[in-house]
Amino acid sequence: MSEANGQGATLAEKVLSRASGLDRVVPGEIVEGSVDLAMMHEQGAQTVAPFHQMGAVKVWDPERVVIAIDHWVPASTEGAAVLHRILRKFAAETGLTHFYDVGRHGICHQILAENGWVVPGDLAVGTDSHTNMLGAMGSVSAGIGPTEMAAVLALGRLWLKVPPTIQVRVRGSFGKGVTAKDLVLRILGEVRTTGATYKAVEFSGPTVRGLSMPERFTICNMTTEMGAKTGIVGPDEKTFEYLAKIAKHPMHPMTADADAHYERTIDIDVDGMPPMVACPYSPDNVRPLTDVVREHVKVDQAFLGSCTNARIEDLREGAALMKGRKVAPGVRFIVSPASTPIYDQCLHEGIIEIFTDAGAVFTNSSCSACFGGNMGILAPEEVCASSSNRNFPGRMGAKEARIYLMSPAAVVATAIKGEIADPRELL
Amino acid sequence: MKDVIEGRVWTLGPDVDTDQIISGKYLTIIDPEELKKHVFEIALPEFAKEARAGDIIVADENFACGSSREHAPQAMRAIGVGAVVADSFARIFYRNAINLGIPTIEAGGVRAIFEKGDTARIEMTAGRVTNLRTGASVSFPPLPHHLLDLLEAGGLVEKVRRELKARAVAGSPP
Repeated sequence: MSEANGQGATLAEKVLSRASGLDRVVPGEIVEGSVDLAMMHEQGAQTVAPFHQMGAVKVWDPERVVIAIDHWVPASTEGAAVLHRILRKFAAETGLTHFYDVGRHGICHQILAENGWVVPGDLAVGTDSHTNMLGAMGSVSAGIGPTEMAAVLALGRLWLKVPPTIQVRVRGSFGKGVTAKDLVLRILGEVRTTGATYKAVEFSGPTVRGLSMPERFTICNMTTEMGAKTGIVGPDEKTFEYLAKIAKHPMHPMTADADAHYERTIDIDVDGMPPMVACPYSPDNVRPLTDVVREHVKVDQAFLGSCTNARIEDLREGAALMKGRKVAPGVRFIVSPASTPIYDQCLHEGIIEIFTDAGAVFTNSSCSACFGGNMGILAPEEVCASSSNRNFPGRMGAKEARIYLMSPAAVVATAIKGEIADPRELL
Repeated sequence: MKDVIEGRVWTLGPDVDTDQIISGKYLTIIDPEELKKHVFEIALPEFAKEARAGDIIVADENFACGSSREHAPQAMRAIGVGAVVADSFARIFYRNAINLGIPTIEAGGVRAIFEKGDTARIEMTAGRVTNLRTGASVSFPPLPHHLLDLLEAGGLVEKVRRELKARAVAGSPP
């Protein structure tokens, strides 16, 4: 295979060179990066005290700050209501007008994506670990904590250790019923939960070029589970088309050098790849779905939602399988769109009705059952099939509950059958 | 920050994610004094009641992976945890803990030389963690200046406060 692993810069290195104003940065170097976009969700409430303790008064650039509440929307506890109130007050005091409050809300990463808040070449940070998703725009997008966010709001920059890059090259065509989620689970099975810690994961190859933007969001989203600082995809016509009417600030599209130096290259061929599932209790405990289907794993709950897989394409695909069928007796099926515009789209397309006719509950947009703190919480020993991203003990409620991560299609097939099922049986 | 830190050890396995440190149901709590009652509820249920200020956490690989929640190191700071040492850390927790001024040390092989209740000695400049019961030790690369400065200042809040103050003195607005 013709390839070069030389002295050139990877895509993440190029983005960080621009952010730090340096001609060239190398892995391991600590740089000060100027932030193009800062995003806060409810955890942003914890930035307010440190922001004031720092003696800061003004936010460095209110036009580059987005607040998108998503974990408890509308507020489901008094505690959540207080977090929302702290954020509203802080936003009013500091002139932060880009606040996606109840009624125009959505999962923070989806809000950034569908409103064009992150564009190629950006350095973006957010108070949620799955900020990596926005790397699909050709940006370096990373999660940070609220104290760090307070410093970003005050100064507009943060220190970063330039990550080495793992290159994941993908070729081949997905079989029927096999999706980008199956691809990222397959990669997780290889990279494992620690394999990309502190690193960037750059996706390339003909299959990645063929992925839609929503599919790229899905694969970049779960680089968080690999421990990565960011996932990243080189921008192309699909990126530019997606952002054409919505980009909020100028783009600086970059591509990796042909002779970029990668710490490791992983080649994946998706020809003949089956659907995959991550079994309890780790997102890297990945097996072919067909193996798990043979074990007749009965489920109590199915969840189609989260920043990983609740975009209109995911819900359309799920609805196409669901149409004319019923949720199995004894299964609670929760469907939660990733944003309010997606909810509206589902309403117009009749998708909500398909799910509710089948016996599912279709909720307003939020993180919903994904994080075990709002709704759809699991009791001890219960089993859940989920299109989300984590299945560690206690993630969706009781620590003894068992979560299986899979594609939206597989979640729907499972909800119909009442046990973990292969969506290809319904196609 | 002390150059030599000693404390009683609590041990944890690999891949302890933040859900096992502060579970999702407590994320609306922002008072660290309240949070500390629930710290390690899933991973180490006796910790919240029995831990004392100065205790040291010794964990295996990929400690505190998962969400970006700062509740996890906030709760540890409220307990008064003296240091967190692990074979390796997930990146957001590592930054959060350092930003809060908690000595956070990555030392490959450290988990294997400790049992619960041992006493650990950490020498920051020398880059060594020793089990005072057995005499076993592992070394670690001393922290880069940037991070030592942060810990020296007591965390990011104080560091930024000094920077903004210096800027104000120099005449530009904060």
